[in-house]
Amino acid sequence: MTQLWTIARITFREAARRKILWTALLAAAAFLALFGTGMHFQVRDPHFNRIPPLLRYQALSSILLIGFYAIDLLAVLMTVLTSVDSISGEIASSTIHAVASKPIHRWQLLLGKWLGFAAMVAVYITLVFSGAVAIGYFIGGVHPRGSFEGAALIYLECLLVLTLTFLFGTMFSTLTNGVIVLGLHGVAFIGGWLEQIGSVTESGRLITLGILSSVIMPSESIWRRASYVMQTSIARTLDFSPFVSRSAPNANMMLYASVYLLLALAAALYRFHQRDL
Amino acid sequence: MTNLTRHFERSGESIFEVIQSPTILASLPPRPEASLSPTDNLAIETSNLRKQFGSKVAVRGLSLQVRRGEIFGFLGPNGAGKSTSVKMLLGLVKPTSGQAQILGHPFAHVEVRRKIGFLPEDFRFYDWLTPSELLAFHGRLAGLTPTQLRDRVPAYLDLVGLTPHRDRRLRGFSKGMMQRLGLAQALLHEPDLVFLDEPTSGLDPMGRHLVRDIIRNERKRGATVFLNSHLLSEVEITCDTVVFIKHGEVIGSRDLHSSPEGEIHVHVRAHNLRHDVIPGLSQWTTSAHFEDDQLFLSTCSMDCLPAILRYLISSNVDVFEFTPQHLSLEESFLKIMGEDQGL
Repeated sequence: MTQLWTIARITFREAARRKILWTALLAAAAFLALFGTGMHFQVRDPHFNRIPPLLRYQALSSILLIGFYAIDLLAVLMTVLTSVDSISGEIASSTIHAVASKPIHRWQLLLGKWLGFAAMVAVYITLVFSGAVAIGYFIGGVHPRGSFEGAALIYLECLLVLTLTFLFGTMFSTLTNGVIVLGLHGVAFIGGWLEQIGSVTESGRLITLGILSSVIMPSESIWRRASYVMQTSIARTLDFSPFVSRSAPNANMMLYASVYLLLALAAALYRFHQRDL
Repeated sequence: MTNLTRHFERSGESIFEVIQSPTILASLPPRPEASLSPTDNLAIETSNLRKQFGSKVAVRGLSLQVRRGEIFGFLGPNGAGKSTSVKMLLGLVKPTSGQAQILGHPFAHVEVRRKIGFLPEDFRFYDWLTPSELLAFHGRLAGLTPTQLRDRVPAYLDLVGLTPHRDRRLRGFSKGMMQRLGLAQALLHEPDLVFLDEPTSGLDPMGRHLVRDIIRNERKRGATVFLNSHLLSEVEITCDTVVFIKHGEVIGSRDLHSSPEGEIHVHVRAHNLRHDVIPGLSQWTTSAHFEDDQLFLSTCSMDCLPAILRYLISSNVDVFEFTPQHLSLEESFLKIMGEDQGL
């Protein structure tokens, strides 16, 4: 197991040095600054303060949820862009040869890399998510609701995307891999919208299409579950938007997403074990 | 066993050498897969190793033996299947068929790799590391303890001449410096078998000299070195045995320290040369002709040289000079591969 942790440690350090991570952190910092400034002016706006406190609180909670949505999007993009060449790139550049010829099982090599990236994503989400929660609490006075579960679900979504990036990285070139994973996430995003529209218009076909897209790629449904657990009960009855969820995927869908992730990881391990380097 | 002191010319210099019981390492004929069994004195044994990528055959049927403790040269033109063969032996590429034993174990066995070192042709790694960090990482993967790492990392950095650069990031390293570092990571865990893929590529003459010394030290340590190089002059100086590979098959071999395989040219300077002497030489020679007092012979074995000399003397030819000339490794290579094959 020493080899596994050796690979995980160096992958974490390698991932932490990627320019794209620092770009994503800078983007997140810029976003949090903008978000905090916006919330600050909103709280001090005289017109806003004439609104009844209950509605005011709901509005600030919704703004916080918009912040979480942006964090979710940034985290998914950062996960894909930092890890997209981890397998295919190192095979193409022959960097992997000196490592894979050491007394290390292929599964240890791939799982170690996966753990390294998973740790890096965890640090990223913890930092950025905590920043948003702190801004919501200290500037807007919004008490975080379901934040821990919400952050865990966003992390699950990122792990799912990471695992698919690893799986396709064992099969395709870096560019193809990135196009496939982001394409699948796009399909899930559109599917999520279709499902939401279907639930408003009570269109069974749209709901079915949305569910089908979630079966193909459950990442967006995880975000919708996360937004559901983080919004107030009153907000749940308001109109749909990409930031809040009207038709929230249930716990079974989260179970499905977890099994999907594990199967994708098993497929990546198998494929990496079988392939020539 | 024959003991014979011979004078021959090699690469322009004269060498006196005692040759004992010529042991030619020839390519093995294809054998049934089941016949491969562990042999204690062999570091590598392959039988009909084949690799096919789709319809393209990269290695047709590699059968070879590498003895423990020898420096083994693996030669062939571009596209001959050398790299794929090495990758198969290292478990990086799965063979389509065939068998191989490395140090007496199945070649895909992970634990065997604890005893193997590998320098890839284009060694590279994360460029934010320092040489010390890189060696520590590879050492840990190879199973070295922290105490061993503390001792060996500085020692091997010193061995490859990188001590002054031990705290620099790799991003500023030249190809030659990376090659030296790659060599250090391949040897750090003191493996029994070392694969070196173009180890002198990108190195200056001092670096090449260093690599030669390191390879010789590895032999003294008892390690087997599997050398894949295009620099035939380097191979000729360093290796004990070479095999020639073409289209993924061994098509010839040469033992560089005992009787050379292949054709030997003999230059004889003598008086009293006559036409009637020539037919009698045909029992040992593949060609023979003379001009004035110069006789030119070609033969396939060093062992028949004393008989040729005795025949000439018994035929009343006055011999003043009798000089067998080896084909250089490059000449052998071109002869075996064909003149049109590029390196």
